[in-house]
Amino acid sequence: MNRDLKNKTSNFFVHVIVIAIGFIMLYPILWLIFSSFKLNEHIFSDVSLIPKKITLEHYVDGWQGIGRIPFSRFLKNSFFVSIMSVIVNVISCSMVAYAFGRLDFSLKNIWFAIMMLSIMLPTHVTNIPRYVMFNKFGWIDTYYPLIIPKILATDGFFIFLLVQFIRGIPTDLDESATIEGCGPIQIYWRIIMPLAKPALVTTALFTFLWTWDDFFNPLIYLNTPEKFTVPLGLRMFLDSTGESNWGSMFAMSVVSLIPSFILFLTMQNYFVEGITTTGIKG
Amino acid sequence: MKKTLQVGEGSVLNQQSALKRLWKKNAIPYLFLAPWLIGFFVLTLYPMINSLYLSFTEFNMLESPKWIGMQNYIKMFTEDERYLKSLSVTFKFVFISVPLKLFFALMVALLMNRKMRGIEFYRTVYYIPTLLGGSVAIAAMWRKLFSSDGVINRIIYMLAGIEAPNWIANPSYALYTLIILAVWQFGSSMVIFLAGLKDIPKEYYEAAQVDGANKFQSFIHITLPTLSPVILFNLVMQIIMAFQSFTQAYVVSNGQGGPLDSTMFYTLYLYLKGFYYFEMGYASAMAWILLLIIAVFTAIIFATSKYWVSYGDGRD
Repeated sequence: MNRDLKNKTSNFFVHVIVIAIGFIMLYPILWLIFSSFKLNEHIFSDVSLIPKKITLEHYVDGWQGIGRIPFSRFLKNSFFVSIMSVIVNVISCSMVAYAFGRLDFSLKNIWFAIMMLSIMLPTHVTNIPRYVMFNKFGWIDTYYPLIIPKILATDGFFIFLLVQFIRGIPTDLDESATIEGCGPIQIYWRIIMPLAKPALVTTALFTFLWTWDDFFNPLIYLNTPEKFTVPLGLRMFLDSTGESNWGSMFAMSVVSLIPSFILFLTMQNYFVEGITTTGIKG
Repeated sequence: MKKTLQVGEGSVLNQQSALKRLWKKNAIPYLFLAPWLIGFFVLTLYPMINSLYLSFTEFNMLESPKWIGMQNYIKMFTEDERYLKSLSVTFKFVFISVPLKLFFALMVALLMNRKMRGIEFYRTVYYIPTLLGGSVAIAAMWRKLFSSDGVINRIIYMLAGIEAPNWIANPSYALYTLIILAVWQFGSSMVIFLAGLKDIPKEYYEAAQVDGANKFQSFIHITLPTLSPVILFNLVMQIIMAFQSFTQAYVVSNGQGGPLDSTMFYTLYLYLKGFYYFEMGYASAMAWILLLIIAVFTAIIFATSKYWVSYGDGRD
């Protein structure tokens, strides 16, 4: 009884501490969201979250876009690149992971070790020659440099995540399928893919988020503002100095965070799964 | 002569069937492996070799590369003060932000590692900064948050009555705003620590309690050693990622690494050299030095890990 009470009070204090820290953690984001509804004169200096007067002006202005390009254009571009990346990345990474996780072939261990090492390789070592190469192909200012590397499963980290998962799937199913005359291709498609769904969803989620937030690759490969993705669009707002633009910048920032946020809230468990099996990112 | 020929024929036959077996064993697996394998050769290995070659040249994409030997590397460490500055800024960033980040991640994980209602909700809340923090949107907001008339200064004024400086525009403080931004995103390390803490058997703590250990002692003698492999993992991953930070420094400093190069991250300078000044040979050399730095630090951490990481299966 006494111990119960002690536990309860200690839990109460933990709740208070956790909530207080949580509020401080979220304050900047909440401030961004609330500020986007404030009048220009209150936007930066107002410490309190609640707007004195609510206005949608920044959303209207921001949605008009910048440099005659509507913001919806950036969103459309970003959705295109991100969704294409998700599709091709899930397919190619799952194929490779199936090979590493289930099949037996020559040099397997060597390739696997190389794949693991490539996860740690800083991308800067390959960026410049890739740029030169894509330039020769005439791919600068197209979406190919953003999507082709995903077709070729260059994010070894997702392969690793899927291999870990596929290794955990019991082999009895494969064996009975083999007895019934299924080949590796059918086993991959009919057995492994459906059973690996949680890991595939995790892969899809992180691919989407990272492509959505990716700033560096669009920055070096895209030149025409009409082709810009959301991060580059936001940078255009930043570059067009003049304090009046910050309101629309804030409003469109909020818009740009919505897809990631919705995905995260609806699929939280897949995130935790992905982070704990592979330890990425942030 | 005839005899050797026969042997030869036999071995050709053997070779053929061996090849056939090899083909049969490998054809389909390599089909599955193909996307990655092609990607590895075309988009990783070839570019790596090429970038190593370019690092010994002068190259601006318009003319073909001109071999200049070690010049780029020599220039970097003897003449290029901006480079040396970027190196020290990056080291400072990594060595302050990573330990702080892991410290907070561990403390919060410990706080939350108990039977308590709403844990999942709290975990979500604490992960949100990590989820959104890599975006241009958040980095831009950070710039406003720490500006001279920004909210942080308002709060400081309200609490202490001091007029605080413009953190972003002040070379002594600008880097610290980026460090705070990085530490703020401790969410994924925290989630990993939480998972690690859940794996520690309750019996360990019960046994320690019987032996009269207090909470602090059980933390030092049970939690830390059992968690050490997870700490190692987080440390290595975070260091590798911190060395490569780019977006935040770019956005907060408007792509220039200012004020006075105080936020000139290594990768930002590499980007400017390669894609702004088009000194691609020099930028390639910088990329290889970065690879070397990361490799050395990873190696040092792994080498020392045998003194502080313990594996529960008796491999200590």
